[in-house]
Amino acid sequence: MIRLHQICWQAPGATFALKDVDLHVPPCTYAVLMGSTGCGKTTLMEILCGLRQPSSGRVEVNGVDVTHREPRHRDIGYLPQDLALFPAMKVSEQIGFAPKVRGRAGEAIRAIVEDLADELGIKHLLDRRPQNLSGGEKQRVALARALAANPAVLLLDEPLSALDEVRRDDVAQLLKTLQKRHSLTVIHVTHSRTEAEALADLRLSLRDGKIVAE
Amino acid sequence: MRKQRLSLFWIVLAAVCALYLLFWGLMLVATMAYTSPEAWWEALTSPQIRYATQLSIWTSTAAAALALLLAIPISYLLSRVDFRGRSLVDAALDIPIVLPPMVVGICLIIFFQSKIGRAIEQVIPLTYQVGGVVLAQFTVAAAFAIRSMRGTFDQLSPRPEDVALTLGCSRFGALWRVALPSARRGMVAAFCIAWARSLGEFGPILVFAGSTRMKTEVLPTTVWLEMSVGNLESAVAVSMLMIALAVSVLIVVRVSGERL
Repeated sequence: MIRLHQICWQAPGATFALKDVDLHVPPCTYAVLMGSTGCGKTTLMEILCGLRQPSSGRVEVNGVDVTHREPRHRDIGYLPQDLALFPAMKVSEQIGFAPKVRGRAGEAIRAIVEDLADELGIKHLLDRRPQNLSGGEKQRVALARALAANPAVLLLDEPLSALDEVRRDDVAQLLKTLQKRHSLTVIHVTHSRTEAEALADLRLSLRDGKIVAE
Repeated sequence: MRKQRLSLFWIVLAAVCALYLLFWGLMLVATMAYTSPEAWWEALTSPQIRYATQLSIWTSTAAAALALLLAIPISYLLSRVDFRGRSLVDAALDIPIVLPPMVVGICLIIFFQSKIGRAIEQVIPLTYQVGGVVLAQFTVAAAFAIRSMRGTFDQLSPRPEDVALTLGCSRFGALWRVALPSARRGMVAAFCIAWARSLGEFGPILVFAGSTRMKTEVLPTTVWLEMSVGNLESAVAVSMLMIALAVSVLIVVRVSGERL
C-alpha cells in the first residue's frame, strides 16, 4: 500500500537528514513508527503526504508514484501533532470540510458529518468551535475531519501525546477500531514503546535517518 | 520593601501614560472650546465642506479596500514562503512608511509625466483628478495594510492550511477557506488602519491631485485651505469632524477585535 524508495531529505543549512529511507507498509496495516525526538519522524510524514518534497527518492501509494503529486491528490489523511483544527470553523464545518471542497452536495455532506459524529461520539459538539473543546474532544474532531475525506492511508503524528492516561487508552482503542472499520492503512508516529506494543501490526523504528523493523 | 519599589515603578509608568493622555485631552478640549456649536454647524453644512467630507469618506474607503486587496497576497507570501531576498522585499515594502508624504506626491507626479505614466493616464486620468486622490491615499495606506496583515498571518499557524491541502484544497483554496476566515479580525484592523491613514493623508494628495474646491478637495486639504484664508473656525470644525471619524475607526477596530 505505502512504499518509500530511497527517500533523501536534507534540512536547509543544518546537518539533519533522512538518508535513503525505504519503507513498505502492506494494505490495512496499523504500522507504528518509533524514534527519538528530532529524528525526522514528522519530516517523513510530511514527505509521505506531500507537504515536503524529498530531494530524491519515490513515494508510492497503491503502486502509483505520487512523489510529485499535490497533497490533495494522494489519498492520504494527515493528523499533525497539534491537530491543526481550523480556528474559525464549527465542528460540523470541520468534518464537512473535505466533502465540501470535493464538491459533494449539501445533503451528502450533512449525512457524512452525522455518521462520523455518531461514530466518534461527538454529536453533541457539532456547534462548538475548537477553542471550546477539550484535548480528547479535539482529537476526535480531527480524526472525524480526516476520515470525512475517505482516505486510503492515515498518518497520525503522536496522536496520544497530549492526552492524559485515561483518555489515551480510550483514544488508542478508538484508533484501532476505526482502522479496522474503515480498512485504513495507518502509520502512527510515537516515541512510546507501550503505544507501539498496544497498537502495532508492524513496528518500525527511525534511527540515524533510516527505518529498521523492530 | 521590594513590593514598595515595584509599586513606585508602576506608578511612575502610569504617570507617564496619564501625562501623555492628559496632553492629548487638553489639546482636544482647547480645540473644541475654540469654536462655538453654531459656528461648527455652519461650517459643516457648507456645500464645500460637505463635498470634501463625502469625497474623503468614499476615496478613503476605496483606497483602503484596494490596499487590503494588495496586502493580503503580499503579506501571505512573505509570511508563508522563505525565499531568497525576502528581507529585502520586506524592507522595500516599508519605504512608503518612512518617506516624507510630500515626497510620495512628487514621485507620483513625476511618474505620471513619464511615458508609462502618460500611457496609463490615457486610459484612467489621475493627475489632478479624483482618481488621483484615491491613488495618492492608496500608495501610502497600502504599506500600512501590508504591515498589519503580515503581523496577522505571522501569528496564524500554517498547520491548518497544510491539513487543508491534504483534505482536498489547492493552495488558493487553503488561503480562501482556512487562512482568510481565521484572519478576519486582522483584515478588519488592516482595513481600518488603511482607511484612517487615507482619511488623514494630505501631502501626496495636495501635490498629485491638487486642492480644487468641489473637485479634489478632501478634509485635510479643507483644513489647509481654510487656514490659508484665515478662516480658523472652519478649520477647527473640520478638524473636529476628522477627530470624530478617527475615534469611530478606533472603536470599530477595538469592537471587531473583541467580537470576531
